[in-house]
Amino acid sequence: MTSARDRILGAIRNNLAAGGRQAEAYPGSGPEPQRAKLPPAGQRALFLRMASQAAATTDVATARAEIPALIAAYLKNHNLPAQIRVAPDPRLTGLDWTSQPLLEVSSGGTDGSHPVSVTGAFSAVAETGTLALTSGAPSPTLLNFLPENHIVVLDAKDLSGSYEDLWAKLKAQYGAEMPRTLNLVTGPSRSGDIEQTILMGAHGPKRLHIILLDEQT
Amino acid sequence: MQSTSHLFKDNVARALVDPNLQQALVHVRTKFIDKRQDAINALPEFEALRDAARDLKNHVLSRLDQYLVQFEENVARHGGQVHWAQTPAEARQTILEICRRANARTVTKGKTMVGEEIGINDHLAANGIEPIETDLGEYIIQLRGETPSHVIAPAVHLTKAQVEETFRKVHTELDPARNLEEPETLLNEARHRLRGRFIVADVGITGANFLIADSGTTTIVTNEGNGDLTQTLPRIHIVLAGIEKIVPSIKDAGLLLRVLARSATGQEMSAYTTFSTGPRRPGDLDGPDEFHVVLLDNGRSKLLGTEFEEMLRCIRCGACLNHCPIYHAVGGHAYGWVYAGPIGAITTPALIGIENATPLPEASSLCGRCESVCPVRIPIPKMLRHWREEAFERRLTGTCARWALALWAALATRPALYRLATGVGARVLRLLAGRRGRFATLPFASAWTKHRDLPAPQGRTFMAQYRSRK
Ligand code: SF4
Repeated sequence: MTSARDRILGAIRNNLAAGGRQAEAYPGSGPEPQRAKLPPAGQRALFLRMASQAAATTDVATARAEIPALIAAYLKNHNLPAQIRVAPDPRLTGLDWTSQPLLEVSSGGTDGSHPVSVTGAFSAVAETGTLALTSGAPSPTLLNFLPENHIVVLDAKDLSGSYEDLWAKLKAQYGAEMPRTLNLVTGPSRSGDIEQTILMGAHGPKRLHIILLDEQT
Repeated sequence: MQSTSHLFKDNVARALVDPNLQQALVHVRTKFIDKRQDAINALPEFEALRDAARDLKNHVLSRLDQYLVQFEENVARHGGQVHWAQTPAEARQTILEICRRANARTVTKGKTMVGEEIGINDHLAANGIEPIETDLGEYIIQLRGETPSHVIAPAVHLTKAQVEETFRKVHTELDPARNLEEPETLLNEARHRLRGRFIVADVGITGANFLIADSGTTTIVTNEGNGDLTQTLPRIHIVLAGIEKIVPSIKDAGLLLRVLARSATGQEMSAYTTFSTGPRRPGDLDGPDEFHVVLLDNGRSKLLGTEFEEMLRCIRCGACLNHCPIYHAVGGHAYGWVYAGPIGAITTPALIGIENATPLPEASSLCGRCESVCPVRIPIPKMLRHWREEAFERRLTGTCARWALALWAALATRPALYRLATGVGARVLRLLAGRRGRFATLPFASAWTKHRDLPAPQGRTFMAQYRSRK
């Protein structure tokens, strides 16, 4: 008996041929929305606006050294535990966390016991306010999903205007490969499954907070 | 899944008098339509993107074999494995074998309509493996022993009170007197219960929105994040997808993403879009050890090159359901199989045979709203007509309808007779209807008048008016 693979591929070829179906030329991937074609400052503003529209909260840091204090303040303002799980990324673990003596800091992946995670981002897309997070040793995927609160530090230099820009950045970084996981994250987790009313925090984070590190301003 | 599509009429009769269903369906009519329109108003390129999405899908279908082979090579290159299944039975067997090899006791599941198509839950359960739905809507209906009634909102047929009642009945370890007034409380209860199940599951099964040929990547789109926990926590990730889900590269997935969420829920993007390429890599702290993709044909390949090919462009956004007056009136279960609404009415006959789903293509007034909102411009009304023709040719249509059509054909080909008959008919009906101008009951039309009045014809016939105005 022939394999399912051969039977399926055979059926596809036979039916296309029987219907006189010619192989069509590749038509391209459609227009790139005008809205994202902006100079860098405009992209940053668009990103912040679109991310808030998707129910994320945002902060801007003008220097890397400000980040620990911004995180401590955010946790305090939202009555969240002063306890963070930081992705094992030297750009984050290397920050001066001792400046926040009340903050309990640990680093690594997560088994779900951590209330707040802090991660970096590969890039983000201004067009829709979407974060692009890639998996790897310094960026375990579960930090993006298991904690109830997810804080993301995004370097403004890594921001993309449109999805086309993001795909180009991926190609530049990973070549023909893809990271094992690429998460595009637009706002916190939500569900509309009970009477189509949107509720935040279904299975992933209830809160998504983005700190845009913009050292030029 | 067992079909009751041939019993559509009985299903409809039940649906129309089900007060919970009728109350729940109001949310479809009110919430989805406005949100979609707002999202589209905010993107001037939307119509051009729909054209591009249609053309892209047509291109892929015209060389589907090549893209599937390329996809398979690239999955393997990243350490994953592709399994081909021509029938639901083959797909079930493949999945069961993978689970058995892993000694799996529980399997978490992200939302997969193909999973419904092959009846994977029953098959796993019959073989001693517990399937656990993790999408909130899917979880609710699994507890109730029901099937999804909408492609993106599986529990849309239920009211909040019904969800509350179900949770009280099943979550017996919790205080029976607890307050479940707020919908948030229901959500938190489900989140809590499912967290533990996620952590201990041996295998995670998800569907796929796209399969990317040039990188061997699978993609899922969710709002809850359940799909991500399903595929990241267990040792084994199985992706279950129809062969038509292929796109050439990630930028083509990007094109379809631009139209998908906007059409589905009116979001710019769903909260989570996840691209997965192979199993865990050296140095990774999480992710599955094994990555399997099961590709299901189940009758899709035989649509290629036929007048039904275009339905394979569907990206399962649900917009056609949300805009369909029939769906608004009867909900999804009346359609009797996995896929409901306009896309269900053309897909079900294709996948389980028109002889088992004859009434579905009739369940439409051909108003065309489905086609006008479909992001990949599937001509659904045209296909409904194709199915009606096929049913008629194969003598599947009921005797009464055949007689009526024959009578109408006899009249329509004799203009003088036609004008006489319609003129007399209109006058007689008007007289019979009396001052109200409506019929509450009418012989031979009870199927109509049971649920609404039939207005009597007003004024003169179209032909008479046309003649006098010429
Ligand atoms: S037929 Fe079109 S509108 Fe309906 S679910 Fe498919 S893609 Fe969406």
